[in-house]
Amino acid sequence: MPEKTLNGQTIEVDAEGYMVDNSQWNKEIAAEIAKELEIELTEDHWKILDFINAEFKSGGSIPTLRKIGKKSGVDMKGLYRLFPDGPVKKAAMICGLPKPKSCV
Amino acid sequence: MAEEKVKEPIKRVSIIISKGSLDGIYPGLIMANGARMEGIEAMVFFTFFGLDAIIKKNMNNVKVATVGNPGMRMPGGIPMPTVLGAIPGMSAFATFMMNKEMDSLDIPPIGEFIEMLDAAGAEIYACKAAMDMFHYTEKDLTEEVSEVLTIGDFYEKSAGSQIIFT
Repeated sequence: MPEKTLNGQTIEVDAEGYMVDNSQWNKEIAAEIAKELEIELTEDHWKILDFINAEFKSGGSIPTLRKIGKKSGVDMKGLYRLFPDGPVKKAAMICGLPKPKSCV
Repeated sequence: MAEEKVKEPIKRVSIIISKGSLDGIYPGLIMANGARMEGIEAMVFFTFFGLDAIIKKNMNNVKVATVGNPGMRMPGGIPMPTVLGAIPGMSAFATFMMNKEMDSLDIPPIGEFIEMLDAAGAEIYACKAAMDMFHYTEKDLTEEVSEVLTIGDFYEKSAGSQIIFT
């Protein structure tokens, strides 16, 4: 299993860079992953990340793009502005969650 | 042995939606949205009966075609004899069922889907020949449509794209 060092911690990731063990995740690590994706996390980013984390905890899966756009407090345009070129995948990666499996 | 070529990732897709039934329109919409979710540029070109997806008065009233559709199955998965597809109400029932399934997968109704694509930065175009054929004008189009294109314009805008016909 590949590993990388983020914020001084050794993190297990899969071949595509998604974290394997979510218990290793914290907000500092999120900021480091975001930096690798060239994203500087703002309060609006955190609205989305917190929403995804909460949904994952309660439902066991990453919410769809549509649901995030409707319920996170950031609309669809905002999602693509904050996480260009792949909002759900990038946000899931920053949340330390597995790669999203939904097609929509 | 030949060396394995490095596969070039897809950067832009140009999706043509030409069919007007629910099952004709959704695949192209889902593929366009999926492209944007992967960071791939996407344009969607609506032609022939596919235009219904961007015509304001028709877009939320699109049905599943049950006549001449040998792929239809009844609840429980038994193949449906094609002749039953012509029974009054069958198309409405199949449409109701499909909309319910779509909703459970969080796939939006067509009108909302077009809005979603627009917000995601996909480009939405109408075909001039089809508009003329059905006597539609720009006033009939939903506001997310950015332009009415001739086939020539379509190919020009598709530069660098993979063209997908549905």
